[in-house]
Amino acid sequence: MCFRVFPWLGLEWRSKLFLQEQDYGNIFCGLPKVSTVLESAPAIEVADLRKRYGSGDTAVDALKGVDLSVQPGEVVGLIGPSGSGKSTLLKCLGAVTEPSSGQIALSGDTVYAGGWRNIDPRALRRDRIGFVFQAPYLIPFLDVTDNVALPLLLAGRSNRDARQRARELLAALDVAHRAQAAITQLSGGEQQRVAIARALANQPPIILADEPTAPLDSERALAVVRILNRMAAQYRTAIIVVTHDEKIIPTFKRIYHIRDGKTYEETGEGRDIG
Amino acid sequence: MISLAGRDILHSWGKYAFTGVGLGLLIGVTLSMAGIYRGMVDDGKALLANSGADLWVVQQDTLGPYAEPSSLRDDLYRSLRGLPGVLRAANVAYLTLQIEHAGQEVRAMLVGIQPGEPGEPRYLIAGRPLERAHYEAVADVKTGFQIGDAIQIRRHRYTVVGLTQRMVSASGDPMVFIPLRDAQEVQFLKDNHALLNERARVLANPALNRPGVPGLAEALFSSQENSRMVNAVLVQVAPGWDAETVAQPIRRWKQVQAYTRPQMEEILIAKLIATSAKQIGVFLVILAIVSAAIVSFIIYTMTLGKLREIAVLKLIGARNRTIAGMILQEALGLGLIGFAVGKTVATLWAPYFPKYVLLEPGDAVRGLLAVLLICALASLVAIRTALQVDPATAIGG
Ligand SMILES: Nc1ncnc2c1ncn2[C@@H]1O[C@H](COP(=O)(O)OP(=O)(O)O)[C@@H](O)[C@H]1O
Ligand SMILES: [Mg+2]
Repeated sequence: MCFRVFPWLGLEWRSKLFLQEQDYGNIFCGLPKVSTVLESAPAIEVADLRKRYGSGDTAVDALKGVDLSVQPGEVVGLIGPSGSGKSTLLKCLGAVTEPSSGQIALSGDTVYAGGWRNIDPRALRRDRIGFVFQAPYLIPFLDVTDNVALPLLLAGRSNRDARQRARELLAALDVAHRAQAAITQLSGGEQQRVAIARALANQPPIILADEPTAPLDSERALAVVRILNRMAAQYRTAIIVVTHDEKIIPTFKRIYHIRDGKTYEETGEGRDIG
Repeated sequence: MISLAGRDILHSWGKYAFTGVGLGLLIGVTLSMAGIYRGMVDDGKALLANSGADLWVVQQDTLGPYAEPSSLRDDLYRSLRGLPGVLRAANVAYLTLQIEHAGQEVRAMLVGIQPGEPGEPRYLIAGRPLERAHYEAVADVKTGFQIGDAIQIRRHRYTVVGLTQRMVSASGDPMVFIPLRDAQEVQFLKDNHALLNERARVLANPALNRPGVPGLAEALFSSQENSRMVNAVLVQVAPGWDAETVAQPIRRWKQVQAYTRPQMEEILIAKLIATSAKQIGVFLVILAIVSAAIVSFIIYTMTLGKLREIAVLKLIGARNRTIAGMILQEALGLGLIGFAVGKTVATLWAPYFPKYVLLEPGDAVRGLLAVLLICALASLVAIRTALQVDPATAIGG
């Protein structure tokens, strides 16, 4: 058995991990084989998740019992009108906001059940979740490489290792030629690809993307979706993409509609975009 | 881990440099204020050291001759010379006045000395010491006088024959040394107008201007015109003698007091410049508060401009420690830039101060520590704000 322990693997999580080992095709030269969880455990499993903001008369029930499940390597769309609770759901899944009740299991590991379960939300975000936002939100005082290396550096990896990994990711996302550039020198599409590279840096099993293609034209929007699909396939990453974007909705094989704080599952067109 | 603060400073170096220069000018003023205080202390010490005296004998119940008026009979020094342990004793007279020179007024301290005795300036940077009994002067370079200049003091013209350096009074006025007799005359005698007035009054008084006693009026004039007072007697003790031991019998004399060098230093520094020192102290405290307010305002504003980045950092798992460290380091970086600028400008503008400004390395180190401490404290508000940022704001609505 050959495996490598990544620093992002939490202890109790790691123990469940080596039941089965998977060797993924690897576009990055020199990267080791990637071990991950039991194939059968969904990357994300949400049951009856509720979130109430505030209390009393001004309370807002943003999530009213959400059920959702995403398999490793799957890219699902999350679609709903404004104010329907999309961002709230992502915040809860990403351990940014604490839900009010319900359950969240990540890779078979219950992290929330009426309260965070033996986890540090900050470490969970750092090690197990990648975030992509509508705006790239890159750190303007770091160059492209260091922006991508940042999650690894925050996790305690050496500068050399982190930058090496960042360069590989930049190459995979076709922005290697911009590695030394300042953020302000990049086009919107390049910035978004760098942001995706940053989300992938720690090889998180989950990526949460909130309207990642909103500022992009259709060409670039499709390019981003293509990249996300490729990453999902290659790393078995589970990806949830919140979107309004008519251009990319047909690409999802599975879609969750969210309306008034509840989710409704639907099969998507799953159009092949290469 | 890379230094986030360092990267941010490099990225917006223009903003930091600009702010750092502003802060630096403020720090420069602070360092100069401390330098002015140190200069005053040093001037006092130089004043004592350059006099060459070990003991100052002054009027009883006074802190003379620099801190309070003191006057002594000018034959006292003879009795002092007879005491055991006294090597030399000489009269000195001090008086501060305005001297006109080349159309400008110079405030100077006139020192009457006996050539070759304690009180005489020991090092000249040009010219020669006083040799003639009258109307010669040795001036400090700060007066602006040059060798050969003629200066008018009251009734007489004096020729500058020598120049000294760093000979200033306790209040920083440059010194002009003249023969003791001349100084006594300047100090205790009247000008021509007053003199003519008095003579006329004496001559008009039949009791004093008696036809039968022809020398009486003349004798009166001469006794009026001859001052018998000086301000202090400077004593040099003989080798092997302790100044305190020599001072003890003198203190038992009536009407005089004797101070040793440490006591004189105490008087000059603790008493004479105490008010100025407090003045400077209050100023330093205000400057520290102003600097702290400015630094916290700047750091706070810079942090507000980075709230989104901070939210993103938190979202991707940065520790509070990392974020607080970044802001603290930026504040310290600003302090370091400010200090470097401040030290430079303080050094550059020090020579332009009319009084001696002594920039002590120890003060610079203390100043640096104070700047860093102030910057650290000033960053607290910004750190508090940054730590309250909700990572959820990075995701938005
Ligand atoms: N921090 C908050 N405090 C109170 N109410 C909130 C907060 N965030 C979101 N909401 C409310 O929750 C509901 C869902 O918001 P959100 O999840 O942002 O929707 P979406 O992303 O689908 O537009 C909205 O009614 C919104 O006003
Ligand atoms: Mg939203």
